[in-house]
Amino acid sequence: MLINQFLLLSALLFCIGVYGVLVRRNGVLVLMSIELILNSVNLNLIAFGGQHGVDGSVFALFVIAVAAAEVGVGLAIVMLIYRNKASVELDELDEMKG
Amino acid sequence: MIATLLAETASYAVPVNIVFGFLAALMLYGAVRVVTTSNVVHAALWLVVVLAGMGGNYILLQAEFVAVTQFMVYIGAIVVLFLFGVMLTRTPGAEGVVSNRKMVPIGIVTAVLLFSVMAYSLLDTFGDDQVRPTAGNPTQELSDAIFSSYLLPFELVSVLLLAALIGAIVLARKE
Repeated sequence: MLINQFLLLSALLFCIGVYGVLVRRNGVLVLMSIELILNSVNLNLIAFGGQHGVDGSVFALFVIAVAAAEVGVGLAIVMLIYRNKASVELDELDEMKG
Repeated sequence: MIATLLAETASYAVPVNIVFGFLAALMLYGAVRVVTTSNVVHAALWLVVVLAGMGGNYILLQAEFVAVTQFMVYIGAIVVLFLFGVMLTRTPGAEGVVSNRKMVPIGIVTAVLLFSVMAYSLLDTFGDDQVRPTAGNPTQELSDAIFSSYLLPFELVSVLLLAALIGAIVLARKE
């Protein structure tokens, strides 16, 4: 097994996630794309963790915990937006534009 | 360098590479569906495919504990949260318009540029480095590391989770 197999797969998933964040307009779908990005980072950490001891796995566990916290708060914010605007389209959130 | 990579990936005598190729194809197809499908619920279900494939990759890399955590936290909790979010915020008549047409070319160009830079630097740096199988018991080493050198960050993460959950409840509560 080459380490580059995992690193290239992770890079591809990262780029697909970046595309999703840029293109999607629905708040829930943007959060899903962010999950893709965080997961690809985890794959990198685990792949390097196999090379340099167990620290990569510990960091991956921390990333998983922080991602869970992020999704909880993020979905609460999306729900608030929906309650105030009756829509989760991110393009319509332009109140702070001058 | 790329030839080495292709030869290694194509040496299907190694069962691990077969499993990896299957998982990688499944995950890439699933990820593309997550960012392109026009149905929000389908996107959440394709996200399950990607997350499960990621867990399989962790098992290939001998990180079983992280794989189990991945299955339980992501597929068990986060995807369910997403489905609740989809259910609670569904806008009638908005089905099928979930991509910003103007941003599609910009997104594709950004993703392709980003990937070419990353792929070049990865191939340049880690040309044909092999994944070394770890000696010993990875789960035991992981628990030793968490409860010795990473004890303080571990406790801080639990406080962070508590704070995030309280914050989510406060945000989402009706006055």
